[in-house]
Amino acid sequence: MKMLRDTWLIFQRQILLSLRNPAWVFVGIIQPVFYLLLFAPLVKPAIDATSDAEAYRVFVPGLLVMLAFFSGFVGFGIIAELRAGVIERSRVTPVNRFALLLGRSLRDVITLIVQAAIITVLAVPFGLSVALGNVLLTYLVIGLISLMMSSLSYAGALKLRSEDALAPLLNTIFQPILLTAGILLPLTFAPKWLQRLADWNPFSWAVDATRALFAGNPGDDHVWQALLILGGLTVLSMIWGARTFARSVR
Amino acid sequence: MIIETRGLRKSFRSRAGREAKTVEAVRGVDLLVEQGEIFGFLGPNGAGKTTTLRMLATLIPPDGGEATVAGADLRRNPDEVRRRIGYVAQGGSTWDEVSAREELVLQARMYGIGKAEAQRRADRALAAFQLTEYADRKCKTYSGGQRRRVDIALGIIHEPKIVFLDEPTTGLDPQSRAHMWDEIRRLRAEGMTVFITTHYLDEADALCDRIAIMDHGEVVAEGSPDELKREIAGDVVTVGMPVGETPKAAELLDSQPYVNKLETIESGGLRLFVDTGATAIPQILRTLDGSGVELASIELHRPSLDDVFLTKTGRSLRES
Ligand SMILES: Nc1ncnc2c1ncn2[C@@H]1O[C@H](COP(=O)(O)OP(=O)(O)OP(=O)(O)O)[C@@H](O)[C@H]1O
Ligand SMILES: [Mg+2]
Repeated sequence: MKMLRDTWLIFQRQILLSLRNPAWVFVGIIQPVFYLLLFAPLVKPAIDATSDAEAYRVFVPGLLVMLAFFSGFVGFGIIAELRAGVIERSRVTPVNRFALLLGRSLRDVITLIVQAAIITVLAVPFGLSVALGNVLLTYLVIGLISLMMSSLSYAGALKLRSEDALAPLLNTIFQPILLTAGILLPLTFAPKWLQRLADWNPFSWAVDATRALFAGNPGDDHVWQALLILGGLTVLSMIWGARTFARSVR
Repeated sequence: MIIETRGLRKSFRSRAGREAKTVEAVRGVDLLVEQGEIFGFLGPNGAGKTTTLRMLATLIPPDGGEATVAGADLRRNPDEVRRRIGYVAQGGSTWDEVSAREELVLQARMYGIGKAEAQRRADRALAAFQLTEYADRKCKTYSGGQRRRVDIALGIIHEPKIVFLDEPTTGLDPQSRAHMWDEIRRLRAEGMTVFITTHYLDEADALCDRIAIMDHGEVVAEGSPDELKREIAGDVVTVGMPVGETPKAAELLDSQPYVNKLETIESGGLRLFVDTGATAIPQILRTLDGSGVELASIELHRPSLDDVFLTKTGRSLRES
């Protein structure tokens, strides 16, 4: 009960801060639109799609997973909060430690879902058609990714305590993960060894699941498998994240 | 006793290049702080003041020792300690993009206070700290002194039994400092115990009911400023001279019967503890006369907290 109340407090403050920064809101919306308008046209010939609709069914789910993955960059924000003394001030109050993480991560999830909704709606005029239930299931998958990535990012940032250490770490980890997830182009044409590598990448499962959903196959094995894998990983990363909030020593 | 500590210890491992080094930041601190007093921690940079405060505020776990804070055991019941204390960090604690009022309301709510009551308390705190005028401006537009007042208002919004203020006046101009002292005294008048750290001698002297002098992670003296100064009987004569001449003068004066104790000032000069300054000064001049030591100044004063610090640590706080 207290945990939920405290989460709501932190969440409200974080949303307020996001809305107060118009430049940030603008970037958050314009960035996915650029991908949709400037990158999507490349996809159709690349995957030999017969129609725009088919291209968008493949491209949009990948784009959504990638945006969710980018929640991994939120850690930079918390280093600024750390430096301002805001985190330390919260930590001397009896506020719930898990709420300090969850309130922030939920803000990141909501931000993502808003971006995802904009993209989905914008893709409709290009011929994308997908059932509402499948869209919501897709949002569940990317919501889990966002929750997981943002807790990992906050935890890493609180451990490292400096942008200069965080930036190279994130870049080194993220690049291979993104490349082997088949996010922007499917891995169907990839060599066998690359496909086998992708089997070990949870995001590759997520991309397969969301593509299955957008293709209208919620019963596809990839869907429940991805939800299971991501659910487990999300719980683990949130536990780790909450512990770093409870412990973070200067 | 609102705070009682026994043997509080903390060391940090830090890495300098390849070498791992251990810094003993706090090495066995015993403290007794009474309800309703302004207690001061006086010490130079790196003495371990902040580290001790951070332990007492539950931010870092002690390596050893025991403490009860406001009636709750620090190790066994940190949650209860958090509910009963306020803590204002040395480096500030406000966020640029929100207003003082927003910070105060959220802070009160983080202590479990309801929305309406949180707003009432924010109003009251803003008035008490003369912040009403700027209450709804973003914190980034405040002056250093205004921002420091917001920090302190945040630390006491939940009406704690005790509030820790880590260097509340560092960086303030003399007028803002005087204001801050008044505000701290007002907290005491309301029955709060105030635990401050400082490296200003005058602040420790004028503001604190009792102080502990800290150096290299240890408390080297404890008592009221007057008690501590009384421990040094007699007067203090400070003789200024070039650094190069100091050893020679020290040798000459150390053997004199009227010099009770002699300390060297690193930047040049000697501090002599004597029974009566008025009779000692002519004797000092006579002793040094003809020795070739060139005096820059000679000054007589009642023992200050700096003299206490000097006798306890062998260094002057003014220099360090
Ligand atoms: N997290 C940390 N890691 C490593 N060393 C630390 C850490 N925190 C403090 N120290 C070291 O412990 C010692 C005591 O530091 P502390 O901050 O308690 O001093 P202080 O008395 O508050 O000094 P100041 O007046 O400068 O604020 C210093 O040598 C400092 O470098
Ligand atoms: Mg300090």
